[in-house]
Amino acid sequence: MDKQKLVMIGNGMAGVRAIEEILRENPNLYDITIFGQEPHPNYNRIQLSTVLQGDTTVNDIILNDWKWYENNNIRLFTGESVIDLDLKKKYVRTDKDRVVVYDKLIFATGSSPLMIPIPGVEKQGITGFRDISDCETMINCSEQYKNAVVIGGGLLGLEAAKGLTNLGMSVKVVHLMPYLMERQLDATASTMLKQELERQGISFLMEKQTVEITGEKRVSGLRFKDGSTVDADLVVMAIGILPNKALAEQVGIDANRGIIVNDFMKTNSKDVYAIGECAEHRGIAYGLVAPLYEQAKVLAKHICNKETEGYQGSVTGTQLKVAGVDLYSAGEIESGPDTKAIRVENEYEGVYKKVLIRDNQVVGTVLYGETAESTRLFRMLTQKEDISQMTSLSILQPAGEAEESDVASMPDEELVCGCNGVSKGTIVEAIHAQNLTTVNEVGACTNAGRSCGRCKPMIGEILEHTLGDSFDSSQQKEAICGCTTLSREEVVTEIRAKGLTNVKEVMNVLDWENDEGCSKCNPALNYYLGMVYPEYKDERVARLVNEKMHANIQKDGTYSVVPRMYGGVTTAEDLKKLAEVATKYDVPLVKLTGGQRIGLFGIKKENLTAIWEELDMPSGYAYGKTLRTVKTCVGKTFCRFGTQDSMGLGIELEKKFERIDTPHKFKMGVSACPRNCAEAGIKDIGIVGVDGGWEIYVAGNGGTDLRAGDLVYTVKTKEEVIEFASVFLQYYRETGTYLERTSKWVERMGLENIKKVLEDETQRTLLLERLDKTLARYNEPWKEAIENDEIKEKYYQVTTY
Amino acid sequence: MTTNTKIEVARYNELPMRIGRKVKIAEENIALFKVTSGEVYAIEDKSPHPKGGVLSEGLVSGDYVFCPVYDWKISLIDGKVQAPDYGQVRTYEVQQEDGKIVIII
Repeated sequence: MDKQKLVMIGNGMAGVRAIEEILRENPNLYDITIFGQEPHPNYNRIQLSTVLQGDTTVNDIILNDWKWYENNNIRLFTGESVIDLDLKKKYVRTDKDRVVVYDKLIFATGSSPLMIPIPGVEKQGITGFRDISDCETMINCSEQYKNAVVIGGGLLGLEAAKGLTNLGMSVKVVHLMPYLMERQLDATASTMLKQELERQGISFLMEKQTVEITGEKRVSGLRFKDGSTVDADLVVMAIGILPNKALAEQVGIDANRGIIVNDFMKTNSKDVYAIGECAEHRGIAYGLVAPLYEQAKVLAKHICNKETEGYQGSVTGTQLKVAGVDLYSAGEIESGPDTKAIRVENEYEGVYKKVLIRDNQVVGTVLYGETAESTRLFRMLTQKEDISQMTSLSILQPAGEAEESDVASMPDEELVCGCNGVSKGTIVEAIHAQNLTTVNEVGACTNAGRSCGRCKPMIGEILEHTLGDSFDSSQQKEAICGCTTLSREEVVTEIRAKGLTNVKEVMNVLDWENDEGCSKCNPALNYYLGMVYPEYKDERVARLVNEKMHANIQKDGTYSVVPRMYGGVTTAEDLKKLAEVATKYDVPLVKLTGGQRIGLFGIKKENLTAIWEELDMPSGYAYGKTLRTVKTCVGKTFCRFGTQDSMGLGIELEKKFERIDTPHKFKMGVSACPRNCAEAGIKDIGIVGVDGGWEIYVAGNGGTDLRAGDLVYTVKTKEEVIEFASVFLQYYRETGTYLERTSKWVERMGLENIKKVLEDETQRTLLLERLDKTLARYNEPWKEAIENDEIKEKYYQVTTY
Repeated sequence: MTTNTKIEVARYNELPMRIGRKVKIAEENIALFKVTSGEVYAIEDKSPHPKGGVLSEGLVSGDYVFCPVYDWKISLIDGKVQAPDYGQVRTYEVQQEDGKIVIII
C-alpha cells in the first residue's frame, strides 16, 4: 500500500517533536514533507537567549540536524514559505511555486513577535527576539552601536536585555507596568529581580508607555506618553507573541487568537491539524515548550490511529534563563481572600520563597534565589496533594543534613524534565531496559534534558542512584566529536593498545567519519598522543590558530604578543625592550594582563617573528592549553606580613612547568601569607605560605566555573610543594578530558580518589618519571621560529602584491 | 582579450600542506590553501561570520577550512558555509602553470 502523504507547515520545536513522535508510533505510515521559513533545521528556540548571551553557538542548539531528516526520509524545504492551500483538492503552494499534495496537513506555524503599531515602527534598527536572524541582527548592531532599548519587562525582554548587555551595549528596559514579570512574580520577587539585574548593568524605565519611535531612516530614540524620551540605536520589541494564523484564516479554518483545535489537535477542517504556538486549545495558546510537547504526543497517537484520551490542557511553570538569577514560578501568584501563603524571606542569602495554599493544596509558587524545590512543589500543585501533614518550615538546620538528595525519595511519577514531560519512573525504566549509563544516552532515549537542560544534574543523580555501584562517574562523557562515536576513554585506550602514533593514523584506524577530522578532534587527538608518548612530535596542523601561531589571534586578524615574566617579576632591561618594540612597531595597545605580565596587542602577522627577535624573551604561552602563569605576591623579601619567599617559589614552579601541554589552561598562584594577595584560592594549584610551611589548594577557578580551591595538604618545605605540583599536574594530564579544567576534573574524579593515587609511592614515582620525560621534549617556540626559515615561511609569511 | 588578471602568487612545491597562506593583492585579502589531495584553493580571507575575522589561519580538513575565530566550517570548493551556519565567501579561480600557482582576479 502506498504511504499517506503528510505535509507540515513549519519546522520548529513543537512540529518536529510531533514528527518524532509519529515516527516512533509508526515509522511506515507517512511520507513526510516539511516546510520551514528559516534556513535552519529544527533548533532549540529556548536556548536562543544563551546564544545571545554568548554561552553557546547556533551550532550547539540544533536539535535535529540535516542528517536526521535525511535518515528518516523526510523531505525538508527550508527558506520556503507556504502561501496558499486548497482544502478541497488537498494541496499546498509555496512562495517558490512548489505544489505538494497531502492526505494530512499539520499547521505548526508558530508565532511572531508582537510589534506595537506606533509611528516609526518601520524604521531600521527595530527587531523582535524570536529567531536566529533576530539574534544576528542584535549581534551585528552591538558592533556599531551603543544604546539598546528593550520594550517589555517580561521573560523574553529580560533575556534579550541580558544578552545585549553581554554584547557590550548599554541597555534600558522599558516596561508598562510597575513590576517586572508581573504575570509570573509578586512584588517582592520582582523587586529582588530588578535589583539583581540593575547590579548586572541593566537600567529600567518603569510605567512608561511608548508612543513613538523617532529617527530618520534608522531609529534614534523613543518618546513616551508622559512626554519624556530616551536615546536608542536598537529597539527590541518583546511585549508578547502572536500566533501565526493568517494562512489558516485565509482559507476559512476557524481561528480566534490562534488556530482553534479540539483535544486531538484537529481543526474544524477535515484532515487538518494544528500544534504548538499557533494552536489555541480550550481558549489558550501556549507559548512554553512543555505543553507543546504534550500536544505533540497526542497528535502523533491520534494521527497514527492509536488510542489517546486527548490533550487536557496544562498548568505551566516559568523560569528565567539569565546568569546569576534563579527564579521559578507556577500557578497562582497573588494571595487572595481564600488562600494562605507560606513566605520565606532570607535576606542573608538573597532567597525568597512563597507557596500559596488553598484547602490544604498548593495552588501557586514563586521561588527566587534558590529553586531546587521547584519540581517537588510543581508536582504537589499539579497532583493536588494534601499537604496538611508536611513540615512547612525548618530554619538553620546543620549544613548537609537537610541537603540529602531527594532523588531516592522522589516518587516515580514526579516530573524530572518539565519541558519534555519525562518522569523519574520513565528514566529509571529506560536506564534498566536499555542499559543506559550517561546523561546523554538518557536524553537520546527519553528526550529528558534536551530542551532547557536545567534537569541534567538531576538525571545524573538518578543514574547514580539507579546504577548504584556499577555507576562510573568517569563514564559520564560523550564522543569526542561528531567524527566518531568513541569517547575520550576509548580513544586513549585504542592509541595505547594499537600503538597509534599520529593523528592521521588514529583517524584511519578508528574509522573516523571525516578523513582529516574537525576542529574539535584534531587538537584533542594531538593532545592525547602527546600525553601517551613523552617523546611525541607535535603536529602543528592539528592545532588551532593560537597554538599553531604561538600568538593569540584578535578579532581583527591581528595578534597579541605576551612574553614570559616568571612570577610576574620583570627587569628594567626587559621593560626597555618592550617600550622600544611598542614604539617602533606603533603597537596600538600595551596592557598589563590578568596574569601579571605585559601584553602587546594589535600586532600584524608579518611582524610577529621580528618582534619576538627584538624582545629576545621567551613566549608567555598566553594562548596555550598549558601553564599560563604563576602569580605571586611580593612575599617576605619586602612585605612585612610575608612569611615565605613566594616570588622565589613561584618563579621556580613557572620555570619547571612552562610549555607542558595540559588538557586545558593551567594557572598557579603563590602567596606568602593567608591574606593571599596572589589569589591562590582560585588557581588550578594555589600555594599559601603559613608560618613554617605551605598550604596547597587545588582546582580553584576564577573564570566561567567560579570555584574556590580545596585545601589538600599543608607541607613544610618548598620541595614538597614542587613534588606535589608535579604529580598532580601529571595525573591531570593523564586522566583529564581535553578542554576540561581542573575544577571540573576534580569534581568528576573525586578529590579523595585523586589523593589516594597521589599518595601511593609507586604511582608517584612513575608519574614523576613520565612528567620529566615529557618536559624534556619542549623547545622555546619563538626562538625556534626566529632561527628556522622554514617555520617562518610556512606560518608567518604574508605575500603582498 | 580578457579583463581578468592573472597573478602568480606562489610556487606549488613551496606551498605547505594544510597551512593557509595570506596573500594581499591590492585591496583584496586572499587565503590560499593546498589540501591533502594536492588541490590548491583560493578564497577571500574574511569569515562570513557577522563579526568577520580571517580564514587563512584556520584548521584545514579535506576540502574544508574551519574559521579560526568562530569555528564555522567552510567549503574551499564553493566557499559555502556548512549547516547549521550559513553564508558564503568569495572563491577565486586558481590555475597551475609550470609549477606556479596563478590566481585569476
